[in-house]
Amino acid sequence: MKKIAILGAMTAAGLSAGVASAATLDDVKARGKLNCGVTTGLVGFAAPNANGEWEGFDVGVCRAVAAAVLGDPAAVEFVPTTGKTRFTALASGEIDLLARNTTWTFSRDVDLGFEFVGINYYDGQGFMVPKALGVSSAKELDGATICIQTGTTTELNLADYFRKNNISYEPVPIETNAEAQPLYLEGACDVYTTDASGLAATRAAFENPGDHVVLPEIISKEPLGPLVRHGDNQWGDIARWTLNALIAAEELGVTSANVQELAASAGENPEINRLLGTEGTLGAMLGLEADWAVKAIAAGGNYGELFEKNIGENTPIGLARGLNAQWTEGGLLYSPPFR
Amino acid sequence: MSDTHAHSVAFVRETMLPQQPPPVTEAGVVKWMRENLFKGWFNTLLTVVSLYFIFKIVTGAYPWFANGIWNTSSLAECRDMLDGMTGACFSVLTERWNQLLFGFTYPRDAYWRPTLAFVLLIVAIAPVLYPKAPRNLLYFTAVYPFLAYWLIWGGTLLIPLMVLVGLVAGYFAFKQFERQSFAMGMIAGLVSAVVVIWAGSIVPASMPNVMAIEAVQSRDIGGFMLNMILGTVCVSLSLPLGIMLALGRQSSMPIIKWICIIFIEFIRGVPLITLLFVANVVLAYFFPPGSNIDLVLRVIIMITMFSSAYIAEVIRGGLAALPRGQYEAANSLGLDYAQSMRLIILPQALKISIPGIVNVAVGLFKDTTLVSVISMFDLVGMIRGPILASTEWNGVYWELWGFAVFVFFIVCFSISKYSQWLERQLATDHR
Repeated sequence: MKKIAILGAMTAAGLSAGVASAATLDDVKARGKLNCGVTTGLVGFAAPNANGEWEGFDVGVCRAVAAAVLGDPAAVEFVPTTGKTRFTALASGEIDLLARNTTWTFSRDVDLGFEFVGINYYDGQGFMVPKALGVSSAKELDGATICIQTGTTTELNLADYFRKNNISYEPVPIETNAEAQPLYLEGACDVYTTDASGLAATRAAFENPGDHVVLPEIISKEPLGPLVRHGDNQWGDIARWTLNALIAAEELGVTSANVQELAASAGENPEINRLLGTEGTLGAMLGLEADWAVKAIAAGGNYGELFEKNIGENTPIGLARGLNAQWTEGGLLYSPPFR
Repeated sequence: MSDTHAHSVAFVRETMLPQQPPPVTEAGVVKWMRENLFKGWFNTLLTVVSLYFIFKIVTGAYPWFANGIWNTSSLAECRDMLDGMTGACFSVLTERWNQLLFGFTYPRDAYWRPTLAFVLLIVAIAPVLYPKAPRNLLYFTAVYPFLAYWLIWGGTLLIPLMVLVGLVAGYFAFKQFERQSFAMGMIAGLVSAVVVIWAGSIVPASMPNVMAIEAVQSRDIGGFMLNMILGTVCVSLSLPLGIMLALGRQSSMPIIKWICIIFIEFIRGVPLITLLFVANVVLAYFFPPGSNIDLVLRVIIMITMFSSAYIAEVIRGGLAALPRGQYEAANSLGLDYAQSMRLIILPQALKISIPGIVNVAVGLFKDTTLVSVISMFDLVGMIRGPILASTEWNGVYWELWGFAVFVFFIVCFSISKYSQWLERQLATDHR
């Protein structure tokens, strides 16, 4: 009994040592580097290039936060995490921010004690089939064999969807996306299902992408976003509003090309002025410098630029904006006003 | 005599017949083929079927190798160049060569350092592995770990130098007290080594720039280099540790015996991957942030513990295989425990254990790829993570995994060949 009490005390002490360092902003400034958790590699979202520099859509968020806080988009220490280690890395204080296309769910937000600071990609689970199968809707997939990653929400979503539509299927369990690709191509399964962005990336890597189609049905909501620890609201605000600044910048037409020019002096649009710090004191409220958003936008461009550069239609991944368009263009991106 | 004989028979050969060549079917290639490939209809059938499959595999794989493309910068470009032909995109290997070997964050201009460390490794292990190598090289072997640490991790030379000085001090203390008893010597050596290292740690702290080369974080070490580091360090550490555990398990002192049994049984009862997760995830909770013990060090400790438990059991098998008489003979010569172990028991027991130890070593070397699941970028981690996830190379499988297979096969096969050679060298029994 005594031993258990001691162990419990040690655990509690360790946990509080990780969580209690409330002033993340001060830690980051003192360190001079932002510790940002990313995936060990996901096409378009985060992967090191041939020179060893991290690139990708999630990486762009890390760099923007680093630029806003430290003024230098290169002042990031990228900590690669797997699906299994990501939450402990954040909870233990090893990383300050986790940008690892993590789905925002109730239990992760509430039970695990994290704070999702927004959504940088609206994803959903889809299906890919060979064209030769002649299927045009997921409802025609009765009796199909389906490759699916085990232990993910996609597995549960799939079961729900097929039960709801009263059709049967045979699952082929696989471990990773990399494993699924050859299995699907060799015909071990008729259908491959995962997040729609993953399907697009997988399909783009095929020798003949035209032989495969992604079905129109999206059967789940997968809002992906960066997250921070509970308990440091100032740091959460910085991450949230950096993301919002990128989104608002696209809506307001501020790009990495014209941001310096617009920030040189107060212009006609008061919201742009407030965002770029030529009017008002939004930066000081966050505990940052007045031109924090300028640096964040200059780091890699606004949301639209990041999207186009890493996963957009001109990249091999070729994702359309879809739900991730601005609300003014029929999408879901909607930044609260900067005032 | 011969005359009478000559008359009594019709014909006597007077010269020796020249030696005839054996019949074609009983010599050379034909004989070998008849005996090994076409002996009986069943074997003939098997041979024909095997030849058919070998032919299919070779003709199938040959164009893939022959048309291989070595100089493109992305998979799409490579497929364009192949233009529908069968062919491999080996260019992923050439383009990401440095990343496969050194990981993607190791400083580029410092690649020569681990390369030099690897070359020196061959020099350093030569006297250990080959009895015929010059004995003087053993001094270099003793210095090598410190030199290699300095080369790979960089920083000031004073840190490894201080540790070396501490160990040398420990050795002399051991020599001083060894005459009283082996255990006394061990304790004295340990104490003085720790004291000297602890006292000496002020020196590198006060002069961080003496003989300093660019320091590299553990997190930046990756690729096959990481597998080599983990493999070499853990094998060389777990061998002495395993011997001590095996001896401890046979000890008549109950506390030592029980500590060893509990350690061995606990470690053997837990999967390596669990230990690695503990090293990576759980330990992080117990240290305050910022005072983390180096991740590579944590992993080395865990893998060493794991493999030393296995090696201990292998060596215990060797100890058990020795006849009781050997122990009694050592005692009757008046040797104490340490002497009898060093001079009589262990040389024989270790010889018996060689195949088992090599088996553990090869397994351990391959198990180092498990670190990829705790987001360290060893060779497998590099392939699974950054390379397959890059937009340029997403979708290349055979070339990359084939390369990994090739590299690991070379190392593991040489280890096993060496152990067979060593067994023949040490064979003293009658055959």
